[in-house]
Amino acid sequence: MPQFQQTAFFLPQIFWLVVTFITLYFLMAKVALPKIGAVLDERQRKIDDNLDKAAQLKAEAEAAVAAYEKALAESRAHAHAVIKEASERLAKQAEDRTRELNAKLNDQIKAGETRIAAAKEKAMASVREVATEIAGAAVSRLIGASADQGQIDVAVAAALKEQG
Amino acid sequence: MAEKHSPMQQFEIHALPGLDFHIGGLNVSFTQSALMMVIAVALITALLTLSVRSRALVPGRWQSLAEVLYEFVAGMLRDNVGQEGRPYFPFIFTLFMFVLFGNLLGLIPYGFAFTSHVVVTFAMAAVVFVGVTIIGFARHGLHFLRMFFPHGAPLLTAFILIPIELISYFSRPFSLAIRLFANMTVGHIILFVMGGFVVSLGGFYILPGIVPFAFLSAITVLEIGIALLQAYVFTILSCIYLHDAIHMH
Repeated sequence: MPQFQQTAFFLPQIFWLVVTFITLYFLMAKVALPKIGAVLDERQRKIDDNLDKAAQLKAEAEAAVAAYEKALAESRAHAHAVIKEASERLAKQAEDRTRELNAKLNDQIKAGETRIAAAKEKAMASVREVATEIAGAAVSRLIGASADQGQIDVAVAAALKEQG
Repeated sequence: MAEKHSPMQQFEIHALPGLDFHIGGLNVSFTQSALMMVIAVALITALLTLSVRSRALVPGRWQSLAEVLYEFVAGMLRDNVGQEGRPYFPFIFTLFMFVLFGNLLGLIPYGFAFTSHVVVTFAMAAVVFVGVTIIGFARHGLHFLRMFFPHGAPLLTAFILIPIELISYFSRPFSLAIRLFANMTVGHIILFVMGGFVVSLGGFYILPGIVPFAFLSAITVLEIGIALLQAYVFTILSCIYLHDAIHMH
């Protein structure tokens, strides 16, 4: 095997190995690897930046949604209050008006009743007058002489009382 | 070895014409192995610097490749060593890329896998072994010797456990070096033999040449897989040794 037999070429191989390996080491350590590392770091930083930005935007969007929902809830509550207030006011108004109307109607009813009672009284008075007259006329026709006015009045009053 | 078409001939090292340097009597000839190391360094550097020149946010093909290699090795180091392994990342990355390209360049026609030479793999394994041992002693002082006698083991077992632990510790560079070198060597021998079958049988008749050619194609794919896998294995074992030195089991 030449690998073990060519001992004269051991030294030159090791020599050039050392030279090339050290050269490569410095080229890698000082030039290539920092460059690649910088590119990778930059990309990582950009990705992180974008992720941060995305998270920030998401938080902002969530805040906006929360604000919107809050506003919505507030306006809903406000609307409820307005509706409640309005319906209460309307109900009160309606009640007032009903009460007013009732009072007015009651007054009218009372006035009507008074009027009716007056008319009834008047009618009754005229009934008594007519009855007395008729009774007077009937008596005079029956007995041929006019009856005593006082007796007729008493009899009519008793008859009316009896009729109710 | 003297025979012209030995499968071993491909592993012979020779200085490139006119480049057989000597410094103070020491042979530092520029060989085809050294040429491949230089090509590997040039290719790795070009791949990893030109590809990220545009610093694109959305990477193209080459930049993706560079990033994948970076993250692959970084992930390997992070998973096996943790945060303390961070300072050794350039070394581990260099090791991975160097072994990977050493393996892959051998699969290109007229190429040469410098990782098929045990001197090279052993030199790298020795650097890892010595480095890891130094890191271990630097972090834990003499307490690092506890590595060779696990906590909680009965004291009586010490005379068995300590030699076993010592042997397993000191065999690390050999297993690391020989695994890579043997895999590469065997792969290239198989490729050479299969290639020989293709030529000899294909020259005889077209049809019987197709069978070894199909086999050779499959083996080539397998060898690419092995080239990747062995670079990974070499690196991950280095990471595991580093983990032992830093965390002591």
